This record gives sequence, structure tokens and C-alpha cells, in this order.
Amino acid sequence: MEVIFILIAISLILAGTFLFLFFRAMKGGQFEDSHTPAIRILFDNEQKTKEKKVPSTKSK
Amino acid sequence: MPNLPNILPDKQTSICYHCGEDCKDEILHYDDKDFCCTGCQLVYEVLSENNLCNYYDIADNPGISQKAVSGRENRFDYLDDEDVINKLIDFQNGGETHITFTIPFIHCASCIWLLENLHKLNPGVISGRVDFIKKKVQVKFLQHKISLKELVQLLSRIGYEPLINLADTEKKQVKGTDKKLISKLAVAGFCFGNMMLFSLPEYFSEAELLGEGFKKTFNYLNVFLALPVFFYSATDYYRSAWLSIQNKAVNMDVPIAIGIVTLFTYSLYDIFILGNEGYMDTLGGLLFFLLIGKYYQQKTYDTLSFDRDYKSYFPIAVTRVVKDEEEVIPLMKLHVGDIIRVRDSELIPADCILLEGEAYIDYSFVTGEEVPVSRKKGELIYAGGRQKGKALTLAVQKSPSQGYLTDLWNNESFDKEKAQGLESLANRISGKFTFIVLFIALASLIFWVWTGQASMGVLAFTSVLIITCPCALAMSTPFTLGNTLRVFGQGKLYLKNAHVIEKLAKIDTVIFDKTGTLTAPSQATVDYVGESLSNESKSLVKAMVNQSNHALSNRINAWLEGVRAVSLQEDVEEITGKGLKTRYKSQEIKLGSAEFVGADQRNLPDGGNIVFFAVDETVLGYFFIQSGLRQGVDQVISSIHQEKEVYLLSGDQDHERHNLQKVFGRGVQMVFNQSPKDKLSFVKRLNHEGRQTLMVGDGLNDAGALRESKVGIAITDRVTNFSPASDAIMDAGMINKLSDFLDFTKTSRNIIKASFGLSFTYNIVGVYFAVQGLVSPLFCAILMPISSISVVVFTTLTINYLAYKRGLKPKIW
Repeated sequence: MEVIFILIAISLILAGTFLFLFFRAMKGGQFEDSHTPAIRILFDNEQKTKEKKVPSTKSK
Repeated sequence: MPNLPNILPDKQTSICYHCGEDCKDEILHYDDKDFCCTGCQLVYEVLSENNLCNYYDIADNPGISQKAVSGRENRFDYLDDEDVINKLIDFQNGGETHITFTIPFIHCASCIWLLENLHKLNPGVISGRVDFIKKKVQVKFLQHKISLKELVQLLSRIGYEPLINLADTEKKQVKGTDKKLISKLAVAGFCFGNMMLFSLPEYFSEAELLGEGFKKTFNYLNVFLALPVFFYSATDYYRSAWLSIQNKAVNMDVPIAIGIVTLFTYSLYDIFILGNEGYMDTLGGLLFFLLIGKYYQQKTYDTLSFDRDYKSYFPIAVTRVVKDEEEVIPLMKLHVGDIIRVRDSELIPADCILLEGEAYIDYSFVTGEEVPVSRKKGELIYAGGRQKGKALTLAVQKSPSQGYLTDLWNNESFDKEKAQGLESLANRISGKFTFIVLFIALASLIFWVWTGQASMGVLAFTSVLIITCPCALAMSTPFTLGNTLRVFGQGKLYLKNAHVIEKLAKIDTVIFDKTGTLTAPSQATVDYVGESLSNESKSLVKAMVNQSNHALSNRINAWLEGVRAVSLQEDVEEITGKGLKTRYKSQEIKLGSAEFVGADQRNLPDGGNIVFFAVDETVLGYFFIQSGLRQGVDQVISSIHQEKEVYLLSGDQDHERHNLQKVFGRGVQMVFNQSPKDKLSFVKRLNHEGRQTLMVGDGLNDAGALRESKVGIAITDRVTNFSPASDAIMDAGMINKLSDFLDFTKTSRNIIKASFGLSFTYNIVGVYFAVQGLVSPLFCAILMPISSISVVVFTTLTINYLAYKRGLKPKIW
């Protein structure tokens, strides 16, 4: 029955991880705009094939 | 269908490949495509050079017509100014700069695609990211490769000119309270869920099988999980309770804070000293439900702005003339005595004297009246109007913030935040509630001590505080108000926050602005006086007004609905500020002002606009155009007037008094000739008499009164358009429901009271057991959620059902 201590620890760590991920997603602004990504995903494919022709300008 | 290929598309029906509008005046052919103007063609050229013609595949004719865009190259010069740049950008690091533009044209998937592919147009741009709902795009760019001015010019060239106004250069908005609440809610939910799991064994006899060790571990885990709830999630309640005690008042948060602290400390005592299970799961659940209620109440309308003042639509830059040279300077640097130039459809930024040009000013933003007025040389022109026609040269008389209109914002009522003023129903009740609870708790403590059972006394004392912790009580208000807020939103009345509902319920005086609020251009009445119009004349007039965008032309056009326009051989010439002119069957036809047609100006009716109709210098008659009342306004006013006092304020002369008196009845008091400041002081006077005032207005000239009144509702034809600072924004089409909305605020107050009754019942049951010291954690864990959830279900159902029954909502759900 002592295994339950390990299980509790795992469950807490797991739940805590999700909480942390939720915070990160919120800070990252994932819940701020729920409309645009839905449109954006529709033309993602097209864009990638184009980007191969035009060298990416993304640079740090 | 064999014949079809032979029919080429008629020239008249050709559609612009870029913007999808009919090519009326000219058709430009380029690359096998038709364009309506050079602007549209230029955008296409730019895009095709850069392989971005995908833009046209995602949505059909996605562009915006470029006809109306003025092409002045130097109009963005102010963006070279360091001060302006620093105020506009979000972030700058080394070479990389981030800026967020508002682009009102964003309207389809193609827009998103193009704006997010800006880096293909200019290597200096790193990326663009669109927020479709807010119509914003955040652009990251390398400053040494493309300057801010070049970036804006680039956007403008592809048809997406950003809207940059004075408010952008003021403080950046601070937003984050909402996020904090969500974090607190998430923490409370997380802890509550886990505590429930660890508490569950307590409630079953099988838990004995686990042995003492487990029980202790679970309890300690609960304490551990309760810490973030107590020290993080609940902080708002402590702060609010402390503030209210400092103000010598007791609001709803005081009993909640007492309850939370008692629950936590007693549970600590229970777990560590007595070795029992404590009430930590109840604490977690309590905070979780309370915060949900709070979150529910905080519905915000992101796309609406409730606190816009003149700065939100004044331009950021003006064209100044120095020694015959034009330069574009930021508005902040404009001084009295400067000479400025204002072009067609630009805004007059300050009170000025007209030096040169024919001023024809549209004040629709300010007064709601959209027929432009003309001004002569040497006359004073107030800020806020939009010039229609040729460029003007003006001498600045007052700085932009000191003008006739803008001076309102220097009034003291704009400095102070609108006082919450009225004590909310919940807060008034909770004051008494707290004292009664404390009294019962103390009484039971004394009783048990009296009978010699001191420990029982402590238990009963804490039990009363725990069980009466007004969980259900605290949830009835936010959920009722939150639901009402949503119902009103569906009815196109958007409230700034939930407090407005309670304030609306107490309103006893309603003040209306006339022009633009009660009257509407779309409801204009047109009368024709003079020799009766033959069908041919009607068709002729129709053909002429068809060619003009002037407000009066549109009204005559609407009046002639169904009349077929004749085809004119010659163009219709529009002379700004005067009228329309054309030739028909070798006769000269004029439509316009008395001066223009040479009409007799005596014996003309007041209170409206007059458009003369003349053929070959003979005046045949005139159109008399009055702005009409919006639909249902008369019923709404009379039904509001049954219970409340109604005033009507107008900036106009009082020639319409009789007409309006007839429509609205004797009881409605009307005051005319009111300047924006007069309106403000009028409301102020009523407030001093102790009235609860509701101001309903639309233009910037009502801004002061809207601000000063207890509740200000801004009426607007398009909700996302400009509307002055207010507590609520209402779609103009819904003004006939205003009295229903007002009545419903009372209903929701009654629902709050009813749900208070419900939660008091729970409390009485709870206290009955608590004073006897019979409250166990299990008892708490069952009663608490039942009472909260039943209150929530009750308010949600009744609000939605009643709103549906009264026609404020199309469907129950």
C-alpha cells in the first residue's frame, strides 16, 4: 500500500506541470486572440511552398 | 448554352480585380485584369512584383478601394520625429523594433495573409502578426533597414494605412488585472481538485483500511495545497475587506474574508493540534466558486472602447505653413498663432480663424448632425469638424486642448474617476449580515461557556463563522449581474461593467440629447414645396443626387426611392457648399442652396435644411429636409416618462419645440441652445438636487454630460465606430427598447434579492447545526457546494427566462 505515496507524488507533479503549462500559455498570449489562428492555419501550407522559393528573411 | 461566349462583359459591369467595386468612371487594364482606379492598380503591381498574388486567391477581391485615399507623400513626415516614434513603439532592442498598428481595413483572410507576409515586401520587416478581432497588427522590424515612416508608407502603399491618432501617443494601456484573476482562478481550481481527492477517503469508512499514517499524510498534503489558495488566490478579498473597513463600511468581502481566515486558522488548529481532518477542501472549493463568480461578472467587450475622448480621433500630425513651405509636425507641437493647412476630409485640430479657402465643415462627430455647415473668411471654426472640399488655410487661435469642445476635458469631472457612489445592494445587506453572524457566533460561545463546555463553545463559534461564510450570498450578485450583462450584450446594449446595472436600477431622471440620439439622418423626412414635380423632374432629380455623396443628396435620394433615374448626357458638377449643376435637354438644372439658385430667401420654414430645385434660373420649388425621430422613440419616451422625469437637451435653436412637445407630451422638459459645457452643468445641477441621472447622448458635445451623469449611455449607429466616453454603448437601432432595459435592471435587482433569500435559508439551516456544535467537515463539504450551485442555477435560469419573455433576447439560450 506504500506505493500510494509514490503515486501521490507523481500525480501532484503531473498536475503541477499542467498548471505551469497553463500559466506559460496564458503569459504567451495564447488566449488573447482565438480567432486569427483559426484563419491562419488555413493558408499555412501554401505559404511554406512559397517560402522555399523566396529565401527566408527571418534573422535574429 | 451556345450563345454565352459571345456576350462579353459589359463595360459598365466590370468589377475591379482589387477591391471588387464596380468600375464606374474608368477601367484600367493591366495584366489582363480590370481596375477601378490607379490606386488599386498600384497595389496590385506592388503585390505581383513580389509574388504575393496569393492575396487574391484567398478571398475574392479582397482589397479596399483606393479612390478616396489621398496620395500626399509627406503626410507621414511626423513619423521622423523622435518623440513621436518613442511614444508609438512597443519595444525596442538594438536594431529590432516592435510596434502595434490599428488598421481598420482588416476584414478578411487575405488581409491577414498579406500583413503576415510583409517580410516578403521589405527585407527590413521581420514579421507581422494580426489580431483579427481587434484589427491590430504587430510588426517587428529592423530599424536600420526600414524606418517607421517607410514602414507606414509601405502599409499605405498596399492599401492598409494604419490609423494613428493622438491617443496612441499618450500612455500605453495597462492591462493585466484580468490575467491575474485567471491565474488566481487556475490556482484555486488546481488546489481544490487535488484537495478533494485527498479528502475523499475521510468521508468513507473504508479509509480506516489505509491506516493512521495515510490519514495524516493526506491532511498535511491538504494544508500544503491550501497555502497557495490562502496566500495567493484569496488576496483580493483581504485587500477589499481591509479597504472597506478603513472606510468604516462593511462590504461583501468583509464576511468573506472573516470566513476564509477562520476556515484556514481553525483547520490548521484542527489538523495539527487535534489531529482531525480540517476544512481545507471546503476552503479550496469556496475560493474556486467565488472566483468563478468574479470572473463571470468581469465580462469585457474587448473590441469596444468605453473611454475614448477627443484624443482618440484627433490626428497626430498637422500640416503647418512656415514661410510658404509646408511641413508636417506632431499636433503636440502646434502653438497658438501657427498657420496650418487642412485638406479635404481632414480634421480641424484646434479652434482656428479661417484665412483662406471655402470652409464647409462636417461636424457629425461632434453633434451627430451630418449636414455640413459653411464658414466664411475671418470666421472662427471650432475644432472637431471635418473639412469637405478644397484645402483651407487657418490661423490657430487656441491650443488643441483648450478649444471650445476640448476644453470640456479640462473640467474637473474628467479628473476624478466616476464615483462608485451608490452602495451596491449586496454591500448594504452584508453589513447587517456580518453583525448578525458575529452576534450569533458570540452568543453561542457565551452560551456554551456558561454551561461549562468551553471547547464546545469555541467549536460552535468557529462553526457559525465557517458555515455562514456567505458563499452563496457572494455568488448571487456576480452571477445575476454577469448574466444580465450578457443578456444586455445580446440586446446590443454593451455595459462597461456590472456596477452599471445596479446604478441603472436606481435611475429616476433621464436626459436625452436630441440630434443624433433621438433623431437620425436615416429617418429624415423630406417634404417638397412648390410646383408639383412631374415624373420626368423626379427622374432628373434622382439622376443628379445619385451622383453625389452629400448628406442631403442621400436623403433626397432615399425619398425618391423607386423612381428611375434618367440617363444624363452631361456630368453632374458638384460645387462644394452650394449644390449640384448639370444640363438636361439643353436646360440648366440646379439643385442647391438659395444663393446658388438665386431663390427668394424670405418666408422659408425653419428647423431643417432646404434644397432648391431650379430649371434655367427659375425656381420651381424646394425640398424641406428635417431629421426624423428614430423609430419607437416616442413610445420609449412616454413609457420612461411614466415613472421618471425626462429632459431633452439640444444644441439647436428652439424652433422644433412645438413639434417635439406634440410628440413627447407636456411632461417632457426641453432645453435648447445648450453648449457642450451647458449640458455638463445641467446634469451637474440635477445631480446636486440628489437625482440619479441617466444621460443618453451620441456626439463629442455630449461627452461632458455623459461623464457627469450617474450613468451615461452613448448611442451609435455602428458599435465599433467612434463613441464618446461613457458607461455603456448602445446600438442606435435598439433605442426603442431602452425602457425595457431600464425595467430589466430592476428585475435583476429583485432576482438578486430572491437569491439572497435562498442563500439565507441555507445559512439558517447551517447556523441551526453550527450553534449546537454539530458541524463536521463532511457537513460543510456537502452544504457548501449545494448552496452555491443552486444559487447559480437559480439566477442564471430566471434571468435568461425573464429576458426571453420580455423580448430582450431572441432565444432562451
